Amino acid sequence: MAGPLSSMPGDDRYNSPPPEEREFTTTSGEPVKPVYTPEDLEAISFDYDRDLGDPGTYPFTRGIHQSMYRGKLWTIRMFAGFGSAEETNARFRYLLDHGETGLSIAFDLPTLYGRDTDDPLAEGEFGKCGVAVSSLADMEVLLDEIPLDQVTTSMTINGPAAVIWAMYIATAEKRGVPRSRLRGTLQNDILKEFTSQNEFIFPPQPSMKLVTDTIEFSTREMPLWNSISISGYHIREAGATAAEELAFTLADGLAYVDAAIERGLDIDEFAPRLSFFFNCHNDFFEEISKFRAARRIWARLMRERYGAKNERSLWMRFHTQTAGCSLTAQEPENNAIRTTIQALAAVLGGTQSLHTNSLDEAIALPSEWAARIALRTQQIIAHESGVTNIADPLGGSYAVEAMTSDMERRVYAIFDEIESYGGVVPAIEQGYFLRSIADSSYSYEQALVEQRKIVIGVNAFRSDEEPGIPILKMDPHGEARQIERLQRTRAERDDAAYRAAIERLDNAARDGVNVMPFLIDAANAYATLGEITNCLRHVYGEYRQMVVV
Amino acid sequence: MVSQAHPRTTPIRVLVAKPGLDGHDRGAKVMVRALRDAGMEVIYTGLFQTPEMIARAAIDEDADVIGLSILSGAHLALFPKIFAELEKAGVDDVLVVAGGTIPNEDVDRVKQLGVAAVFGPGTPMDEAVRFIRDHAPDRSGS
Repeated sequence: MAGPLSSMPGDDRYNSPPPEEREFTTTSGEPVKPVYTPEDLEAISFDYDRDLGDPGTYPFTRGIHQSMYRGKLWTIRMFAGFGSAEETNARFRYLLDHGETGLSIAFDLPTLYGRDTDDPLAEGEFGKCGVAVSSLADMEVLLDEIPLDQVTTSMTINGPAAVIWAMYIATAEKRGVPRSRLRGTLQNDILKEFTSQNEFIFPPQPSMKLVTDTIEFSTREMPLWNSISISGYHIREAGATAAEELAFTLADGLAYVDAAIERGLDIDEFAPRLSFFFNCHNDFFEEISKFRAARRIWARLMRERYGAKNERSLWMRFHTQTAGCSLTAQEPENNAIRTTIQALAAVLGGTQSLHTNSLDEAIALPSEWAARIALRTQQIIAHESGVTNIADPLGGSYAVEAMTSDMERRVYAIFDEIESYGGVVPAIEQGYFLRSIADSSYSYEQALVEQRKIVIGVNAFRSDEEPGIPILKMDPHGEARQIERLQRTRAERDDAAYRAAIERLDNAARDGVNVMPFLIDAANAYATLGEITNCLRHVYGEYRQMVVV
Repeated sequence: MVSQAHPRTTPIRVLVAKPGLDGHDRGAKVMVRALRDAGMEVIYTGLFQTPEMIARAAIDEDADVIGLSILSGAHLALFPKIFAELEKAGVDDVLVVAGGTIPNEDVDRVKQLGVAAVFGPGTPMDEAVRFIRDHAPDRSGS
């Protein structure tokens, strides 16, 4: 075998890139011109006031704030969680001590599926992808000594989001922090679970009802809380292109807006608390263009389609995570460089908060060492690079403006496709999203095999050195301690109060009223996540996904 | 390269299975297409398969090869059970391969169980296809 894939030591490292790489496209496979000129702006009838406006003015292409990062730096928010509540609590305190400014909780797979740690289907999964939270007792340990009236907390959970949120609220109130003062974000974006991440429990319709309950509840009682983080991150990780990530996410956002309006909420009551979450992959200008297009499209839709008047309703505020799927197990040190480029693109794209992946994440959960480098990456961009001095420094670039408009055009074309299925939920039911994502992901893999796309250390410039980085070891007693606490919780709680709370929840779910107050009662009665989810499963049913390859 | 005495007369049948609670199916789906494009007959189980379900599907589908895809980290808990179920069902002549995030330090343990190859993150899909083509047992005469 010849060429850069050769396994002969030495000759792959010094080869020039193969000619096949001379296909000039973005990571998503979109063509890129060799140079952009004023003619490219003429071709899109570029108009500064209409298409950009100054930072902080409609349509917010250049950012939602006038002075951007001079006024307020993005929130450095590192997603963390593993093993038991004790271990994750210790990691949170470590990150806060090192300058992190917001918490972000990762839950383990059983928790994400609404199952207790001792559920038979949870076997082998405890604490692997995040922390296990099976009841209020775990949440109390997880948040021990964290100042809940000061930090903002992001919780990455979807199927059972309302239940976990209820446990968070109950913990805070037990510690004397009223719910109205809690600040944070619940991911709570169930639509993308059906299209890409697969962490669903109930069918789409009752799932949408639960999401709408949380939007209504936060609108009425928790004005500082972001009830939903409409997420493209996982869509991209599953293999979608940048335009698909953006279009599917915005379409999901519109579906939540429609549901909330149908519930009787006014657009300007709840839209200011909708937030977004995007991926940032390797292709620098494609990603920056995606973020700029995202703000412009959302602002226009909110004003023109929904008649929003509050300026905050028009703001697309988003969190960004660098692309986990871009990380390689080979030569993992290189991942720190990939993450730096991606993080810089997110900042130049105007993100409100950022998670930078740790360099070891293609191999294991992040070690403290790797998590610190990831955190420092953001701090170096923030405090040393100088990019934070200028709002939207790439605004007006022929290339970036042309690519931003190209992105916008592709997004509207995808909106039309979704509309041809009758909207997001019917498109889910007919497998449209799964098919589109599988197609894009396969095209990308083919490009790698044919070396039309290059990943350093993987399909070019390979070395045979074994990675020599420290790997996180979890506390081997964590699972036993967690199960012991779970069983003690069930044994020691007031059984009558628990039963009554579950019965009231069951009735509320059947009656179709907002279940949030009943979920908080059930959490306070130490009903477990599994017990609460089962109660809802009996009423709502369980989703079976069609297999689309 | 394993050379076979006679070229096989029937396509290789591959069962691609996702054990456990892990919803990361990008790699599994890519492999399904790659194996199909290589002329194999591929059955994909979909998500959330228990060891019993995987063994049952291997028998029902008369698989020559089982490809297990797992990214949750539960492989050391689930793989022994899958092999126990296969043994219980008398399945001893299939090629089992695995893909996903299986750390280097676990690869030996997984191979001792009977996994012939582990394809980690970044494995070019043609490499996995080639391995399966070269090592799949020819059970067409059995």
